[in-house]
Amino acid sequence: MSDVTPGGDQHAVVERPEEATRLEVVEVKRGMFGATGSGDTSGYGGLVTPVAMPGPSQRPYGGWFDQVVDILAEVLEEGTASGGPGFDDAIEKVVVDLHGAESAEAPQAELTLYVAREHLVPVCQALRDDQDLRFELSLGVSGVHYPHDAGRELHAVYHLTSVTHSRRLRLEVAAPDDDPHIPSTTSVYPSNDWHERETYDFFGIVFDGHPALTRIEMPDDWVGHPQRKDYPLGGIPVEYKGATVPPPDTRRSYS
Amino acid sequence: MSAPADHRSHAPHATRPAGNEDMSSTVRAFEAYGDGDWDDIAREAIGEERIVVNMGPQHPSTHGVLRLMLEIDGETVTEARAGIGYLHTGIEKNMEFRTWTQGTTFCTRMDYVAPLFQEAAYCLAVEKLLGITDDIPERASVIRVLMMELNRISSHLVCLGTGGNEMGATTVMTVGFTAREEILRLFEAVTGLRMNHAYIRPGGVAVDTPEGFTTQARAALKNVRGYLKQLTDLMLANPIFKARLTDVGVLNLAGCMALGVTGPVLRSTGLPYDVRKDNPYCGYETYDFDVPTAQGADCYDRVVLRIEECYQSLKIVEQALDRLDRTEGEPVMVADRKIAWPAQLAVGADGQGNSLEHIKKIMGTSMEALIHHFKLVTEGFRVPVGQAWQTVEHPRGELGVHVVSDGGTRPYRAHFRDPSFNNLQATSVMCEGGQVADVVVAVASLDPVLGGVDR
Repeated sequence: MSDVTPGGDQHAVVERPEEATRLEVVEVKRGMFGATGSGDTSGYGGLVTPVAMPGPSQRPYGGWFDQVVDILAEVLEEGTASGGPGFDDAIEKVVVDLHGAESAEAPQAELTLYVAREHLVPVCQALRDDQDLRFELSLGVSGVHYPHDAGRELHAVYHLTSVTHSRRLRLEVAAPDDDPHIPSTTSVYPSNDWHERETYDFFGIVFDGHPALTRIEMPDDWVGHPQRKDYPLGGIPVEYKGATVPPPDTRRSYS
Repeated sequence: MSAPADHRSHAPHATRPAGNEDMSSTVRAFEAYGDGDWDDIAREAIGEERIVVNMGPQHPSTHGVLRLMLEIDGETVTEARAGIGYLHTGIEKNMEFRTWTQGTTFCTRMDYVAPLFQEAAYCLAVEKLLGITDDIPERASVIRVLMMELNRISSHLVCLGTGGNEMGATTVMTVGFTAREEILRLFEAVTGLRMNHAYIRPGGVAVDTPEGFTTQARAALKNVRGYLKQLTDLMLANPIFKARLTDVGVLNLAGCMALGVTGPVLRSTGLPYDVRKDNPYCGYETYDFDVPTAQGADCYDRVVLRIEECYQSLKIVEQALDRLDRTEGEPVMVADRKIAWPAQLAVGADGQGNSLEHIKKIMGTSMEALIHHFKLVTEGFRVPVGQAWQTVEHPRGELGVHVVSDGGTRPYRAHFRDPSFNNLQATSVMCEGGQVADVVVAVASLDPVLGGVDR
């Protein structure tokens, strides 16, 4: 596993050649404590830390991952005759997260398909309907906000399960902040109804074609989308035994 | 009403102004509409108006702060919608501002009836990101399984108890809660708390089980078994209970799949889908247990299944207790001291805290241990960049955790796919066409816990 020493080698975490050949830098962090403007007394102010998500994996992915990707490619290519997207158009990259395991056979290994947002619904349809894929159970959508990933700030992550084949798969779709539209998958997976509403509520991702895209957790007249990184936590300082404890979002962050 | 007052009202009042004596102008003469048939009059008075009844969020039979909007026609529910969000506390957002270890303290508060499942799922996901899934000591996994299965029983007991109470069967509730009390006492012995444990931590569990725990647990299980028998006798053969539940809230397999409904509701349609079997974690593949299913897909079958699952959980707990005896004294936290807190926690007089010997050692003899302890507890450990997804079989269905790390000491994002949140989408399908009284039964059979729904 990578070095996770507090204050340890920052670059160790990005060197995972067995998993990734190219890393996707989504953010570059500077300093150590998230503080700017004050004098650098720690010596850590000059630290530069790239935040790189795992990049596309190389074949063979291992385990059943190759088989699923091959079948999906085959099904999508068959669908091009009726106007569907081809595999290369629909799937931006395939990422395998080994999570410390030796091979993709291990139960903790995970497969992620990055899908071009305009082709999300046909990909879901193929994954659900083909008898060799059969990802019939969608376990919902979760949003992630990467404010520094220019042009791909908002991510929606779909967690699919194949009960038939005992497999799990993750789809990731990105949309830019100034055009936060992703097609709704409720026509394929009705269970994503509330999950998409939740993701809209918290991140402001507009799921086009959703039957009733309204807020679900926050009040209807709430302004803003609370889970975005530019939305403050809204904590208040706490006084305890004469000392003032700052709210958690203004404490040092050990970036 | 007294006779003199009555009498006075008929008498002309001395002080009444003369101009008001003629009342005929203010009293409307009765006019029949239509052809004078009372049915037509009633229809005309109501017209096309829909009667929409708002049930909750403050209602004793909605299982918490759940709001149900029911459109009714007489006693029949023609449309049902669930409204949620009344217990949203922003736990996921809060977790982004605390260390990875502090995350368990937050996620345990989501579904407060089954807190250990959120902790376990979250910790398993964090361990995936850390790449230490295979390094978790066996005893830690055994304790996790033990606690989760005890929690499954206590959660099902609350479901059955409150479900019974909502139908007016108070005895079911008192028996259920008495049995749950036995399990909460075990939780208190191990974690120091009855709920909100924050006991399962990334890398293992916070503290080993106390001395004599297995003996105490075996005695408690005997009692729980007795209470379960009582509950079975009280509910399953009761003609009123059967009449209220049979063929109510039916949701077939296709409906469950489409709506992503998992857990006992899915298994009541006959599909033996259980994450513990399908994608084992914490070594569930080494335990001997069955996944009970039913065919009726109605509320009655779900009650039967929950009771049956309690017995299966008891079976797992007994195996876990044997393993605890066998692994006595083995570590309960991962060996990597960059992740495991250096503290030797002990259950003290005030619940739980550091053992005095450990404090004596770091304060008196080892400056490095003190610094390391301080750094690890205040700053926390770093988790490699990436994302992970982990599901566990929650008493209400499949609980999923999606954690994203940016390489820092705090979760970049932690999302919980709570089974109650998803299952509540089935409210409309299960309630429409039934009676208002069936709504209570159907919602109780979904067993939503609003703390988990709203997070």
